[in-house]
Amino acid sequence: MNSALIAADLAYWAQSLLRVLGGLVAVLLPAGTVVYLFLFKMMSFMQSRLGPMEAGPYGSMQLFAEVGKWLQKEDIVPANAQPEARIFKMAPLIVLASTFLLVVVVPFGPDAWFTDFEVGIFYALAVSSVSVLGILIAGWSSANKYSLLGGLRAAGQLIAYELPMVLAVIGVVIQAGTMNLQQIVVAQNAGSMFGWNGVGNPYILTQFVAFIIFMISVQAELTQTPFDMPIAESELVSGYMTEYSGFRFLIFFIGEFATAGVFAMIASVLFLGGWGVPFAWFGWTDMDSIDNWMNVAGPLILFTKMIVLVFFIMWVRFSFPRFREDQLQRFAWKILIPVSLVNIMVTAVLKVAF
Amino acid sequence: MIAADLLVAQNIGFYLIAAIMVFGAFSVVTTRNVVHAALWLVVVLAGAAAQYILLAAEFVAVTQVLVYIGAVMVLFLFGTMLTRARIGTDSELNNKNWFMGIPVAVLLLATLIIALNDGFGDEQLPTDAPVVTTQQVSDQIFGPYLLPFWALSFVLLAATIGAIVLARRD
Repeated sequence: MNSALIAADLAYWAQSLLRVLGGLVAVLLPAGTVVYLFLFKMMSFMQSRLGPMEAGPYGSMQLFAEVGKWLQKEDIVPANAQPEARIFKMAPLIVLASTFLLVVVVPFGPDAWFTDFEVGIFYALAVSSVSVLGILIAGWSSANKYSLLGGLRAAGQLIAYELPMVLAVIGVVIQAGTMNLQQIVVAQNAGSMFGWNGVGNPYILTQFVAFIIFMISVQAELTQTPFDMPIAESELVSGYMTEYSGFRFLIFFIGEFATAGVFAMIASVLFLGGWGVPFAWFGWTDMDSIDNWMNVAGPLILFTKMIVLVFFIMWVRFSFPRFREDQLQRFAWKILIPVSLVNIMVTAVLKVAF
Repeated sequence: MIAADLLVAQNIGFYLIAAIMVFGAFSVVTTRNVVHAALWLVVVLAGAAAQYILLAAEFVAVTQVLVYIGAVMVLFLFGTMLTRARIGTDSELNNKNWFMGIPVAVLLLATLIIALNDGFGDEQLPTDAPVVTTQQVSDQIFGPYLLPFWALSFVLLAATIGAIVLARRD
């Protein structure tokens, strides 16, 4: 997707249409891949079973079968939730909307981006917090005490883990000197370590502490297993999702795994160099000297990095037992936040010193 | 003249968002359910963020979303859902002194109109104003406005400590 080409040849509505289609692909493709590859196959492998095998080769069509099943189901609003039916129906859409807003800032190549937002990463952190609203009102409007408890637990957890996430990102922002995700990618790939530019300067090396904190916070924001208190199936049935059926449950489901994919993309942009390869390999120096084929290779590179990071998220998910509620809060407030504050201080001092 | 002004895309956007905001604000005070009021307030705050975007103030807009929608409103909803918001029941939101709010609101509106008119009058926004980058904002905060920034931080810190002291009675 060459922006110069599009700007010259396409009308505004056509560009917008292309962007909407691109956004759909960028949300649904990672979600589908993550569900099939990890939730179906890797989980089964770790539990010594095969997983879905009937639909298509190696069960690869299982996902479409599942989606078809969900779409056919009745869209039920519980009797007690009838007075709030409109809010009840709106809640999953807010969660999914937050995912779509999130994908907008991810850069996929030198010219392949939806929007080149100057405050990119700040925007991403802001819109990811909108999903809390959807979860809260989903829990409340279900008229079910388990749902309400799940919603409240989710809100408490998401607020607690949003702070370390923001603070972890600040280390990267200080080092790159910009909040624009595109420029963060360039800063990493054009950078060098002590004069050696063979692998650029991916921030996972210099900001390793921030990377670990960021990934832990992502795990908590996604309410994946060590942090799945809000949907703890042994106590709360399914938390805020309990009363949802049919395609509204599907929307929650897609939202969860698409957000996993998008957060992994943002993490790979922040810490692994995003769509880029080290510029020294091909003799590039800055944005303008990058060859056009990176617009095709870039998304694939980013997708590969995303798969690797989601693999770690899912590995942790399938391996660990659940945190207790008080342990979960203490871990965020007393360990992650102080560590990330120290990380910011050290980064700032080193940035000034060098 | 007015028609020509109206047909600029930004103006259409402005009036559309402003209409939604006014409607939302009215709904906040007229609805009888405390959670509905909070959700209408979200609409108003999101509208304000959209207006900032129209003014090319990206940083302020994003801060608005992060602070007000992501934190303050979630806290509102959290508190009300824990305590008094039951489904289907109308909580007693209005007390009998509600009409006293009207003169206060009118007074505030008058003050704002007079202050804005007095301060800016018929000044025009420059049509080719450079977009203020986040870097410039931070340069200002950590340069000439460092002292007020510190003072504000201390006020917030004091408020936080005060809240903890009041809330914990052990």
